[in-house]
Amino acid sequence: MWQALHEELEPQGFTCIAVALDSGGPAKAEQWIRAAKPTYPCLIDERHVTAELYGVVNVPMGVWIDETGRIVRPAETAATSDAFRRHLDRTTKQMSAEGLAERERVRAAYLNALRDWAARGPASAYALSEEQARQRLPVPSDEHARAAASFRLGQYLSSRGHGQAAAPYLAAARRLHPESWSYRRQTWELEEPGKAGSAEFWAAVDALGDRPYYPPARLQP
Amino acid sequence: MSVTILYQGRAPYAAAAEAAGEDLWVPAGELPVATGWELRPEGACRGDVCVPIPRDRQGEFLRERPARFNLAALARLLGQPVIHEEAHGVWSFGESAAARGSGTPSLQAPDFALPDLDGHIHRPADYRGRKVFLVFWASW
Repeated sequence: MWQALHEELEPQGFTCIAVALDSGGPAKAEQWIRAAKPTYPCLIDERHVTAELYGVVNVPMGVWIDETGRIVRPAETAATSDAFRRHLDRTTKQMSAEGLAERERVRAAYLNALRDWAARGPASAYALSEEQARQRLPVPSDEHARAAASFRLGQYLSSRGHGQAAAPYLAAARRLHPESWSYRRQTWELEEPGKAGSAEFWAAVDALGDRPYYPPARLQP
Repeated sequence: MSVTILYQGRAPYAAAAEAAGEDLWVPAGELPVATGWELRPEGACRGDVCVPIPRDRQGEFLRERPARFNLAALARLLGQPVIHEEAHGVWSFGESAAARGSGTPSLQAPDFALPDLDGHIHRPADYRGRKVFLVFWASW
């Protein structure tokens, strides 16, 4: 979906840059990237460095950066919604028509916001003022900083085949930054391939209750 | 003994360092390549930033013959998280929350350098002059 948007908006001085938060590196991300036949840069972030830098806690999330390198919209849910929680059949993985419609509505609204910004720049209603952007920037805490250092250690040990030694550090990253679904799902996946989408994942999603898994992007300021 | 140092976003570095409890003594000569810090008369320096070593705590930071620097003491001074694992001798040094949040006033997009599938390195600064939509995804 990003390829079509990139092609459409590139003549207006716009580019997509995709970042794969994937500790498995190119081996995990490559097949997906090749399938998308992208003409925009698709980068691999094995250590989740950018997640810490930009406050990314789930995927997909997006950040808008203007021509001068200023953040115009900090990290937020990009073109998706919690429709899957209510409308996805967990056995067949099929989404109901209602769910598909909701997902399409959210996606279209986000893409239209991007189109508006590409065309109108700072005059776009979706380009936040500096003050608004600052207010929305995630505030890093000491726990988040410890989570990142712990994740790095666990991820390194895991990459060297020391899965058992890695486990407590991966668990600590989840505990210290519980809002980060990226840490949760990546560390589960490092512990056991497939675990990121397993019963454990669904139990954690259900435990959210009324809280969102994907907080809706607040498109209007 | 060799210790693997994971210093913030840098590549893992195997240093001839000596771990002692919560301290990590790194040979002064290995400090720049392992961490980006170097020792100068004004203190521990990285780029334009120098952190003076507290006068009354020199022994906590510096050892002579051979010259070693206690990287964990610097991390404590700067409020950076340090996490170490004994069995494989791995030390992970993070960025402090304060330093991480220091970009907030300027709103400048934090710098990074990441490869694409062909190994080409991209930085956000390469795309100045264009509007950039940075989108994060994952295979998991």
